[in-house]
This record gives sequence, structure tokens and C-alpha cells, in this order.
Amino acid sequence: MYIIVAGGGKVGYYLTKTLLNEGHEVLLIERDRDKVETYSERFGSVILQGDAAEASVLAAAGAARADVLIAVTGEDEDNLVICQMAKHKFHVGKSIARVNNPKNEQLFKMLETDVTISQTNYILGLIEQAIPDRAFIHLLNLRHADLAIIEATISEESPVAHQTVGEVDLPVSCVIAAIARRADVIVPGPDTEILPFDEIIAVTHRTEEDELRRLLVPD
Amino acid sequence: MKVVVMGCGRVGARVASILDHNGHDVTVIDTNAIAFRRLSPDFSGDTVLGTGIDEDVLKAAGIERADAFIAVTNGDNRNIMAGQVAQTMFDVGNVIVRIYDPVREDTYRRLGLSTVCPTTTISALIIDQVIGASDPYRRVATRGA
Repeated sequence: MYIIVAGGGKVGYYLTKTLLNEGHEVLLIERDRDKVETYSERFGSVILQGDAAEASVLAAAGAARADVLIAVTGEDEDNLVICQMAKHKFHVGKSIARVNNPKNEQLFKMLETDVTISQTNYILGLIEQAIPDRAFIHLLNLRHADLAIIEATISEESPVAHQTVGEVDLPVSCVIAAIARRADVIVPGPDTEILPFDEIIAVTHRTEEDELRRLLVPD
Repeated sequence: MKVVVMGCGRVGARVASILDHNGHDVTVIDTNAIAFRRLSPDFSGDTVLGTGIDEDVLKAAGIERADAFIAVTNGDNRNIMAGQVAQTMFDVGNVIVRIYDPVREDTYRRLGLSTVCPTTTISALIIDQVIGASDPYRRVATRGA
């Protein structure tokens, strides 16, 4: 597969290294001449110096025959334009954009970048999971729908404690998938009672995540 | 008319000052507070500090009720992204984006942005003055500049 990586920061560098090791044909485009020189010494001639948002640079990179273009610069506006140029001018098969500001993720999706990677959200999620004693944790975003998997620890004060699953007034697009109670995992039915110290695993539409949080673990 | 101008350089400040002078409701955005000094002394519109690719900054500038959005920072990509935010997320009717790179300008014009490319415009004006507007080869000379 021919893969173009735009942006030779930490992400671009290690990505290029990994993809080369996997045997792909890779070209890294980087603006900074010093970096290009250093990388060329390490990787050989798979580095192109230039601005990947320039059509002439993309043309020189052979964008027209690229299967994938991955834009991983530190600037969202550059990643967006690089992906759009690759797609609309060179018809690259698939464009992947790194999103630095999580707020831009929705815009990138609306503007037809094929895949967006919000590293800030990923890192936040991982850190959240590592902080002890948090009652509501965002575990994972599901890739192909705007769904998230969350984990909530039910306290004595939670309004849903001692309610059955059927009684809980869940937001429309939420499902309680499992309840972890001590060593057991319960697949709940409508009559399953929720008890304090239960850990609830739920699948929710991302727009309803906050509502679910307020319902299960009020402040 | 409510107009939001992103970028208070020479062009942004001039456009904002003139529109303000003509009685329009103008808000200017720039990342650098010193840039607002370029506005004319009698400028009566608002200024917002921040980057126009940030939705919250655009909202603070009143983008939700804007009739026009003008992106004239020095960065082509920033102008393009801000213009697309104004167009797709806030449904602004008239979005004008300055793009220096003629190839990018052509691409985004096709994608539906109203674009201004100083590079081609100014090149054409200069060539006019050098060889005369009547020269039949002028068009050839400026194409793809």
C-alpha cells in the first residue's frame, strides 16, 4: 500500500517508522529542512521537504496514486486542508486527519475527511480511567456510530439505587449493557434491581452522555 | 448588515473600518490585541480576541446572527477552515475567504466558498500596467500565475 504521511512531528515520525517496518511504501512530507535532513539520514529517501497543503508538493509526492493520506501536523487547519486537497484534487482513496482540538472533530466529519483521530480525546479518556475513585468514566468511543461506552459506579445517593432497570428513566439512546457486582457480571433484564456499589456498563449516544451522567451519578 | 471579519491586518482593518463607517454592524477577530490599532480611530464596532477557527470565539463575535463572514488572516488554511466553519456550522449566507495560493483558491471555489485570490488579481493588475490591458497575450500570461 502507498501511504503519504503529512507532518513530521512526533506522531508523524513514529507513524512513518512503524509503517515502514510493516513493509508499506511510505512518504513523509515535512516542512522543516533540519528535520528532513535528520529523518533522511535515518530512513533514507522517503522524506519530501515541502508544505503538504501545496498542490505541487502533493503532486511531487505522487498523491494521485496514494491509497491513504494521513495528516498529522500540529495544526487542525493544516490537517483539514491537506486532507481536502488530497481528496478533491488528487482523489486519494482514504484521508485520515489528526484533530488536535476535540471541538473540531464534528466539523472534520461534516467536511468529509474519511477518518478523524482526536488524540486529545483518546489521551483524556486514558487519563480519566487512570484517576481513582471516579464515579462516571468514559471508556470508549465506537468508531462507526456516535456511540460511547461508559462505566458508572452507583452510590447510596444515586436516584437509580434500588430501582429496577425497567424503572430507570434512561435517555432514549442509552442501554445498560452489563452490571458488575463484586465478582459477578450480570446481564440485566427489566426486573434486575440496581444496588449501591454496582458498576454499570452502558452504551450511549454521545449526545446523551451528559444526561446519563447526571442521572446515574448526580453531583 | 451584521459582518464578522477575521484577521485585523491591513485588509481586515480597512474592510472593517469602511463597513463600519457605512453603518454596518461589524465585529473584528484577531489573535493579537495590538492589531486592533489598525482600525480607524472612529471605528464603532466590536473586537474579539482569539482565533476564528474556534467556534466559541466565532459565537462571541456574533457569528450566529451574521449575514457575512470575511476571513482575511495571513494563513490560507486558517481562512479556509474558518470559512467552512461559518458556512457549514453556522449557515452564514455570505462567506468570503482570502486564499493566496491560486491552486487552493481554485479548489475551494469549486467546493462552494466565495474566494478572493490576491496573487492572481494583483499579478493581472501589474501585468496590465506593464504590457497594457489591450495586449491579447495578457490572459495567457496571467493564467495559472
